[in-house]
This record gives sequence, C-alpha cells and structure tokens, in this order.
Amino acid sequence: MTVLAERSGGGRATGKSRTTRPPYRPRRNSYALFLLPGALAFLAVVVLPFLMNTGVSFTDWQGVGTPKWTGLDNYRRLLEDDAFWESFRHSLAMVVAMAVIPTAIGLVLAAALFDFVAKHFGAKTAAVLRACFYLPQVLPIAVAGIVWSWILAPENGSLNELLKAVGLGSLQQDWLGDPDIALYSVMGVMVWVQIGFPLVVFMSGLQRVDPQLYEAAELDGAGWWQRFWHVTLPQIRPEIYVVLLWCTIAALKVFGAVYVLTKGGPGGATNVPSYFSFQNFFEKTQVGYGSAVATVLTVIILALALVGLRLQTRAEDAEEGVAR
Amino acid sequence: MTAVRRYPVLAALFIGAVFMVLPFLIVAVNAVKSPAEYSANGPLSLPDGLYLDGLKDFWERVDFGQKLVNSVLISGAVAVGAVVLSVLNAYAIGIGRIKGRPWVLAFFVLANMLPQEALVYPVYYLSKEAGLYDTRLSVIIVFVVIQSAFGTYLLSSILGQFPREIIEAAQIDGANKWQVLWRIVVPVSRPTMGVLMVLFFIWTWNEFLLPLVMLISNDNQTVSVALGVLQGQRLMDATMTNAAALLGVLPAIVFFLVFQRTLTRGIAVGAVK
Repeated sequence: MTVLAERSGGGRATGKSRTTRPPYRPRRNSYALFLLPGALAFLAVVVLPFLMNTGVSFTDWQGVGTPKWTGLDNYRRLLEDDAFWESFRHSLAMVVAMAVIPTAIGLVLAAALFDFVAKHFGAKTAAVLRACFYLPQVLPIAVAGIVWSWILAPENGSLNELLKAVGLGSLQQDWLGDPDIALYSVMGVMVWVQIGFPLVVFMSGLQRVDPQLYEAAELDGAGWWQRFWHVTLPQIRPEIYVVLLWCTIAALKVFGAVYVLTKGGPGGATNVPSYFSFQNFFEKTQVGYGSAVATVLTVIILALALVGLRLQTRAEDAEEGVAR
Repeated sequence: MTAVRRYPVLAALFIGAVFMVLPFLIVAVNAVKSPAEYSANGPLSLPDGLYLDGLKDFWERVDFGQKLVNSVLISGAVAVGAVVLSVLNAYAIGIGRIKGRPWVLAFFVLANMLPQEALVYPVYYLSKEAGLYDTRLSVIIVFVVIQSAFGTYLLSSILGQFPREIIEAAQIDGANKWQVLWRIVVPVSRPTMGVLMVLFFIWTWNEFLLPLVMLISNDNQTVSVALGVLQGQRLMDATMTNAAALLGVLPAIVFFLVFQRTLTRGIAVGAVK
C-alpha cells in the first residue's frame, strides 16, 4: 500500500520543490549503508529460505540426505490430490469467514457506533462497545482455540449445555467432531476472532469524514440506512479495499486456529493449505511435496497482493483526478 | 430518531458486545470451580466459591512462570530489535531516497505478506545446521526480520514526508548522517516507534507456527506454543482446560487494557498508510 502511495507522493513533492527552490539531493550511496544490516538479515531469513523452499518443491526429499530432482512431479501430484483441492476449498470458506462477513458486519457496526451510538449516547459508550468487539483480536490464536474447543465440546460443552437449558436440546451437536458441521464451527470462531479488525479500521476512517456530509444528508431527509449507503460507504472506500485485502490474505494463511481446534479433522473436513503443508513437512516428512503446497499458496497470496495494490493505486489516482 | 427506537438498537449492540465477551466470562467462571463442582453443575452455573487449586496445579505442571518469562523475553527482544532494524531501513529509504526506492519498498511489502509456510522448513533446517535450533535466539532473529518488514514500510512512508529543511539545516551545522538519525529523526519519530513496539510485542506474543516448529523443549516454549501443544494432545480435563485458557487470556487482557489506545490507533494507521 505504502509503496505506491509513497511513489506518487514523492513525485509530487519533488515537482513542487523544483519550482520554489533547488531540489535537495542527498548523496545516495552513503545512505545505502544504513540498509546493509536489513538487507543482510532479509537475505538470510526471508530470501534464502524462500528460494530453498521453491527449489525443494521440485525435488523428492525427506528432510535428510540429498534431495532428488523430480522436476514438476510434486505439482503434477498436487493437481490430482483431492486433499489439496479440498484444502483450498476450505480456504475459500475462510475468506468468507474472515474477510467477507467481518467486513460486512464491521461496516454496519462501525456506522452504528459512529453515526448513532456516539451521537445519542456519547463517545465513551461507543468506545466501550468498540473495545468489546476488538478484544478477541489481541488474544493469541492458540488461546482462542482452547476457549472455543472447550465451549464447543460435545459433552459438557457450554454451547450444548446452553441449548439444553433453553429447551433446544435437539440442536445439540458435536460441533468440531462432525465432518458436516466442523467447517462451519471453525468459520464461526474465525468471525468472532476477526470482527474487531475491520471495525477499528472503519471507525478510524470515519473520523476523517466531514461531519457536514452527515448533517447535509440528514437535512435532506436521509434516513440512517440512506446515510450509511450514500455517505459512509463511499467515504471509507479506501479502508474497505485495504481491509478486504488484508483479511483475505490472513484467511489464506490460517494455521493456528485449525491446529488447535481440529487439526484439520475430522477426516480432513477442516484442513487448510497451511496446515496441509505443515502435515507434509513434519508429520509425513514429505518435504518436497509440502514445499510445493507452500509455494502454490505463496504464489496465490503474492498475486492477490499485487492485484490489490494495483486496484488501490488506480482508485487513488481516480480520486485525485476528480479532486483536480 | 425517537427515543423509543433508540434503545432497541443500543440494546442489540450491547447484546452483540456481550456475545463477544461471553467466552472470556465463561472461562473465568469455570477456572475457579473445583472438578467436583464442575461435573455436578456443568459449565453454566456460577461458582460456589473461589477454588484456585486448579490454576495452581496447572501453573506448576506446565511451569507456566518459565513460559511467561520466555514469551516476555522473546516478544520484548523482537519489539526492540525490529524497531531498530525498521528505523535503519526507513532512514535509508525515506530520508536517504536511495536508488530504486520503490522497488526496495515493494520488496518489504511483499516480504510482509509472504506466508510463513514458505519459510518454515528451510528456517527449521538452517537453524539446525547453525546450531540454533530450539533456542529462543533463533525465534528472536527470525521475528525481528519478519516484523521489521511492516515497520520499514510504515516508517518509510512517514519519513518520506519529513521536512527536508530540518535535515539540511543540521547538515549545514556539520552533523553527519548518524547524528542526523540519532539526534533528529529518532526523537521526532518516537510516537510511531512506540506504536510499532507495542504492535510487534503483541504480534510476536501471539505467533504460533514458527515458535511451534522451532521451540520443542519445555524450557524454551512460549505461552502460545505451550498451550497450543497441550490442547493439541487432547490430554486436558475440563478444569485444566479452563485454567490454561484463563492463564492464556489474562496477559492478553492486561496488554489490551494497558495499550488499548496505542493498539487501535496503530492498527488503523498501519492499515491505511
């Protein structure tokens, strides 16, 4: 995000300075020295491992001995592996649970807290409510998993007990153990985990919206939903893009929640690519195959990131065009 | 809107908020019940009294104090180290305007989005080769680098707008680049650095995959890893689970209360910048 904003912003700044005073020219090379520790560290911890992972994905390797070059065999195997395709279908479910639903709910909640609660009941009430919704975001995912697997336990689990207590005992389920339901249960937990992030970002986005817009809309007789649709949504569109992109990427990376809640089970019903690659790395010691899964996941995420960044710059450029 | 219609909306929002907090309350309530009371009354009853032996047993069984020390040590070192590295990178990019700046920045953005799955096996393998496997130092090094990707691009964009006149003036007065960095840039960016430090601390505290792979011995594990592994083994009874959950939740709530303002501001700045 910053790269592109930075690029256009920098261009404008130098353009302005050219007309008023001679441009400031730092001696570039000596500044590069400050980048040296970072460059070396990234080489060792990110670039080298990433290249190794990609290389290993073209080999047959158990983690010891010499990897055997097999070309595209791992990728061919992936295409025919049902477990692999299933894990990516579950990724889509995670995108719904962690990006689509939290963004939708987050928008309504942010608008409700900003344009309704803060106005009628004070900013303090809005802040307390926001804090409640944000709380799960600071929780380690492992701990959230422990809390929820206990709540969703089939016997003596709080949810089942609660259903029994209110006379809905027939709805009791083995929430995480039934292959037909487990994925939905995990999705529900992820919605709970994720919702605070869009809410906080949207509420801070709304701070910079000109209050006169709301007042004008109100004077024109716009109801709450009309204000939401015609003022709130267009005004915080940049935030919506960013949140959707970040949450989608986070959804594709989900690991801890699946590890703690279901270990991908029952019978692969909640397996996701990152856990699938983890299994291949450390449980089945099929390192080459696991690397191929990780590489595919990386390609998808980086492609999404690039498309997202592109869209965002284009939107920003369009807005600037209108402003001029 | 009339008052009659105001309160139902507020009530709905409160019910939503209660639903978000409810899991924490249920855990807290059940962590102070004795096993006998739990099996007799189930998870939904209020506790008869304070039964703290479950918490104490759990604490001693998993050596929770040691886990807390490990988590604080790792997260604290990463928070400081990653901010230092971010400032150095951002100084070269944002103030120094080195050649190929957009590409360097794009590299950091992409590095920040890279899934850890694509790094985890080589990092595991290399750290074994280097004799750093199962040490807290290995996790600290890896996360200093990973977290600084975010810090670099956030700080670079802020330093890119740093008033040139100030730096020029300092240079005319004879300050070299280190002095400009240390006496001018660092003090001015202190608020952002504070936000980054809090974010890095909490993010590292919550990290799971890499610490899970890298830290296998009990003495080195973080809170997250220890609890996740215990849960994964499915060996805990209800009382233990609740003790584990409560002890895992408490530090997070403490951070939240202490850093709430910094956190929410930081998340928003980070997402939009």
